[in-house]
Amino acid sequence: MIKIENLGFSYGDNVVLKNITMTLEEGRIYGLLGENGVGKTTLLTLLCGLKQPKAGEITIDGHTPYKREPSFLSDQYYLSDEVSAINMRAEEYAKSYGKFWDKFDMGKFLEIMEIFENDASQKMNRMSFGQLKKTYISFALACNCRYIFMDEPTNGLDIPSKAQFRKAVTKYTSEDSTLLISTHQVRDLENIIDPIIILDRQDVLLNASIREIAEKLTFDYSNERNPNALYSEMTPGGCVQVYPNTGSEESKVNIEALFNTVHLHKELIKGMFRK
Amino acid sequence: MEFDSNKSIYLQICDTICENILSGELAPDSRIPSVREYGADIGVNPNTVMRSYEKLTSEGIIYNKRGIGYFISPDAKEIVLQSQRNEFLSQELPKIIKRMKLLGIDPSVLKDA
Repeated sequence: MIKIENLGFSYGDNVVLKNITMTLEEGRIYGLLGENGVGKTTLLTLLCGLKQPKAGEITIDGHTPYKREPSFLSDQYYLSDEVSAINMRAEEYAKSYGKFWDKFDMGKFLEIMEIFENDASQKMNRMSFGQLKKTYISFALACNCRYIFMDEPTNGLDIPSKAQFRKAVTKYTSEDSTLLISTHQVRDLENIIDPIIILDRQDVLLNASIREIAEKLTFDYSNERNPNALYSEMTPGGCVQVYPNTGSEESKVNIEALFNTVHLHKELIKGMFRK
Repeated sequence: MEFDSNKSIYLQICDTICENILSGELAPDSRIPSVREYGADIGVNPNTVMRSYEKLTSEGIIYNKRGIGYFISPDAKEIVLQSQRNEFLSQELPKIIKRMKLLGIDPSVLKDA
C-alpha cells in the first residue's frame, strides 16, 4: 500500500505539489490524470525515490522511497516518458539490466516483445521511438515488481500496439502488483485504468474507483436534455451528459467527460466523493 | 471487444457471456477463462471482470470451483432466458411502444412481422 501524507514539492520558488494526501491500494491499475504542469511526473519520481519530498511523507509498505534501500528498489520499476536509445541489442540489455530486479524473467520479456512484434535481437539505437518504448514496457513488466510506475506509456505507440499494451498490462502483472500510469491518452487506456486519480494544481480532485464514480455520476448518451447536467458535450451520435446519479443503475464512465466535469465543478465533486 | 452502449462495462461483459450461453457456445459445466485471461482477451481491467463474474455467480448463471475456476451452471440457459424475457417486457418493450407511437405505427403491423 502507498500512503502519501501532506506531500509537498517545489522546483525553487515554483511550488508544484502541496498538501497532497492519498492512499493507493495494492492490486489495482491506477490512472493518474491531470493537465500539463500539475506535477504528475514529479509525483511519480517522488514515489520511486528519485526526488526527496520538501514536505510531508511517502511510505510504500513501510519503506520511505528516498532512502532507496536495494530490496525496495528491486521490487519497483519506473518507466520514464523519455527512454534512452542505447547501443545494445534489446535482449542483451534485458539480460544485463534484469540482474538489478530479483524477480526479472527473461522468458517473459521475450514473450511480451513478441506480443508487440518487436525484434529482441535489434539494437536499441536502431529502433524507432515506438519500438524502443515497447522494449522498455516489455522490460518493465518482465521485472515482476510489486510497484510499477509508468509515465505516458502509450505515447508514440502505433494503433495496433495500443491494444497490445492493454493486453500485456492485464496479462503480465500479478494480482498483488500495483500500477500507477500517468496519461493524457485516456482513450488508449479506457477500461484498463481503475481507480482514477485526477491531480490539479496543488490538489487531488478525485481518487475513486470506476464503480464509485458510476454510483455517484450518471453518464447519459441519449438526446434528452437533463436539467441537472453538470457537463454536456456534443458528439456526432448525440450528446454526452454528466449528472448526479439519483438511482441505483450504473452507466458507462466516459473518462474524458469525467475529467471535464471534475474541472468545472471542483469543490462539488470533492464533496461528493469525500469518504 | 467494442464497448459502446450506455451500460457500464461490467454489465456489458455479463451480457456477452449470457448471449454465448443462449447461443450454445458456452455449454453447461464448461469452464470459462480466468478473470485475468478474460481481461487480457478483451482489454479490460481484471477487477471489472471479477465484478461481472461475481454478479453472474450471485444469479446462479456460473459457479466457482475453488482453485480451479469458473464454470457455466447446468441450468444457466433457463435462468438467462427467464431474466432476459423479464427484461424485454419491462425495459425494451415500453421503448418500442413509445417509438411506434412517435412514428405513428399501428400495433396491428406486428402480427404480420
